[in-house]
Amino acid sequence: MDVKVKILRYNPEVLDESEWKTYSVTLLPGDRVLDALHKIKWEQDGTLTFRRSCAHGVCGSDAMRINGRNRLACKTLIKDLNPDKEITVEPIKGLPVLKDLVVDMEPFFDAYRSIMPFLVTSGHEPTRERIQSQADRERFDDTTKCILCAACTTSCPVFWSDGQYFGPQAIVGAHRFIFDSRDEGTEQRLEILNDKEGVWRCRTTFNCTEACPRGIEVTKAIQEVKRALIFRRV
Amino acid sequence: MQRHQYDVVIVGAGGAGMRAALESSKRTRTAVLTKLYPTRSHTGAAQGGMCAALANVEEDNWEWHTFDTVKGGDFLVDQDAAEVMCREAVDAVLDLEKMGLPFNRTAEGKIDQRFFGGHTRNHGEAVVRRSCFAADRTGHMILQTLYQQCIKQNVEFFNEFYVLDLLMVGGRATGVVAYELATGELHIFSAKSIVFASGGFGKVFRTTSNAHTLTGDGMGIVWRKGLPLEDMEFFQFHPTGLAGLGVLLSEAARGEGGILRNKDNERFMERYAPTVKDLAPRDMVARAMANEVREGRGCGPDGAYVMLDLTHLEPAHIDAKLPDITEFARTYLGVEPYTEQIPVFPTAHYAMGGIPTNIQGEALANNDDVIPGLYAAGEVACVSVHGANRLGTNSLLDINVFGRRAGIAAAEYAAGVDFEELPPEPEAFVVDLIEGMRSAEGTERVAAIRTDLQATMDINAQVYRTEGSLKQALTDIEGLKQRFAQVSVQDKGKRFNTDLLEAVELGFLLDLAEVLVVSALARKESRGGHFREDYDKRDDVNFMRHTMAYRTIDAEGNVNIRLDYKPVVQTRYKPMERKY
Repeated sequence: MDVKVKILRYNPEVLDESEWKTYSVTLLPGDRVLDALHKIKWEQDGTLTFRRSCAHGVCGSDAMRINGRNRLACKTLIKDLNPDKEITVEPIKGLPVLKDLVVDMEPFFDAYRSIMPFLVTSGHEPTRERIQSQADRERFDDTTKCILCAACTTSCPVFWSDGQYFGPQAIVGAHRFIFDSRDEGTEQRLEILNDKEGVWRCRTTFNCTEACPRGIEVTKAIQEVKRALIFRRV
Repeated sequence: MQRHQYDVVIVGAGGAGMRAALESSKRTRTAVLTKLYPTRSHTGAAQGGMCAALANVEEDNWEWHTFDTVKGGDFLVDQDAAEVMCREAVDAVLDLEKMGLPFNRTAEGKIDQRFFGGHTRNHGEAVVRRSCFAADRTGHMILQTLYQQCIKQNVEFFNEFYVLDLLMVGGRATGVVAYELATGELHIFSAKSIVFASGGFGKVFRTTSNAHTLTGDGMGIVWRKGLPLEDMEFFQFHPTGLAGLGVLLSEAARGEGGILRNKDNERFMERYAPTVKDLAPRDMVARAMANEVREGRGCGPDGAYVMLDLTHLEPAHIDAKLPDITEFARTYLGVEPYTEQIPVFPTAHYAMGGIPTNIQGEALANNDDVIPGLYAAGEVACVSVHGANRLGTNSLLDINVFGRRAGIAAAEYAAGVDFEELPPEPEAFVVDLIEGMRSAEGTERVAAIRTDLQATMDINAQVYRTEGSLKQALTDIEGLKQRFAQVSVQDKGKRFNTDLLEAVELGFLLDLAEVLVVSALARKESRGGHFREDYDKRDDVNFMRHTMAYRTIDAEGNVNIRLDYKPVVQTRYKPMERKY
């Protein structure tokens, strides 16, 4: 079937401003939006630029705004988008656009790196593995699924208007360790998130939960971190 | 152009690269260059687990694991390397746990283990639970955990830096030339040690579980230097790719009880591997599936695939152990695995061959001599622990064991030598390559050539091969190389020029496809992942040896491939017939 794909193009080497361009592509209902972008790039316009790698939703390269919602292009099928209408594709919001659908990921990774996203322990290491009950392991399972695609952070209205805010992903990244029974860095991590640009900026709009391509309950994770801060225990 | 100097430069930031970086950066000044972001690397797509004889749930020991690895590799495995890998596997898993990896747990809180293809107790008696796992996203958790440790250790990354050339002076590796994707600028990295950990080249095939970015750049770069590539004819086809798409469905699906069925609903693996059935090694299962389809017992309107049946498993069990792969089936095929069988067919998955190394990760210039300063680990390398067919989970093990070893060896070598003067105009080759490609005015398009390459490889060099099919593939590749000489790109800019880089990647793919096919033509036997219908038996008399392929240039300037061979290291296991 013939599908119209409208893409927000930007290349400062050519033009200072971004502009919409519409392409007509022949696709199958089961094709992904990523397939549409590839067909355009490979058959019509080689200058169209986007990131992608695994093409099945695990590497987190191709988060973009598709029909106004943050999604992974490789996990969004054409048939799920009402292909009778034009499909719009834009870069994720709140991070500087570098070219077409490619944004500067550094501010996003900076936020992640700032919340100490690694296991903190003290004392001697055991000779074998640390023991962790199945229930304790289950406690933080949801937030281990994160692929750092930035779909959540760049769907957050607070992040759009306040570039200093850590954003949902960094809080998810902290949650994964705060609720890990093996970790001893909770106090420090909570202090970082207690910052005025930390967890309290969240307005519970649930955009992030809706945007997450891994189905993580992002807003719930943020609420759990807030509660941990109030009661100072996890 | 910018210049940098580091004691150790690591090319690639997947599991092997970051595991190497954790060792190397503790000891000396280290840079990691990746054409992606570290967390986008394809290690993250690995699902089922990482085997180690922890014996947490039943009796096991690393010697059994070694035997399985050697037998699984159809006795082409270098047994000294397999012993190292399986012995160090236990610590490799425990190290990851201490780094924070969230393994699934047993009722006692220990690391849980499950069945995996080809892993057996006591030399093939029965299947054994050896695979340590985190649901069906073990690779994702390894990649995340290693990246988290790199953050903790302040490892220096150069993200979206595309290495395009290796600099050599007097036979020693002395640096690399990288292209910065964001700006188009070239960077010269001078280094005492260089570790290639840049992954495989699955994109020579159309149906593949591999990422778009797995274009064999590391192998392609050393190949163009006249350095050898080992056992390139051995490519693994994973049995359970989503039909038509190639997206991987972990072997863990069968480890957890999943069954393969043909159109008569028959559990056909009982005929091919009576003891371990659906948990036979991948090469045997993939061939069995292809055979069912060829003999008319395939499913679907064209009889083009078989079915993976999970419907007898409890939905709660599926959700706990196989959440991601069942979601792939729902997302991409609209199939509900609780109640419906999933269409599957073999998908090109893993290169057993690559840059030859010894067990320290030192790259080899020939059968005997190492290349000072050059190391390789992971899928780009050939140690060889996988021989003719890799066992499931042994790739995640390989990257951790040999990534670690290569990182240590590279740092120790760097501590004992001085920087070498770089050759004059070290960037010349890359400038020619890039600017030649950017300014070319030909009429051929990258995508069309790549599509044709992948088509001929899928038809002629997949699960079943013959002299005729391989010769056809070779003829096709030669034609495609001529077309590639006429290729041009549309994007002439500097900034994020992925159009240009796809052309460069296609150059690597064409080279590597040719090496694969030439190596496969010469191997007139069937062993592991390389199956020749015209020579359908293993031939230990003539072919119990590794292929070593070299790029040569004759007096007229023609590029040729020369094949040599290297003995297999055998320690305790004598070749036997491979039955399961």
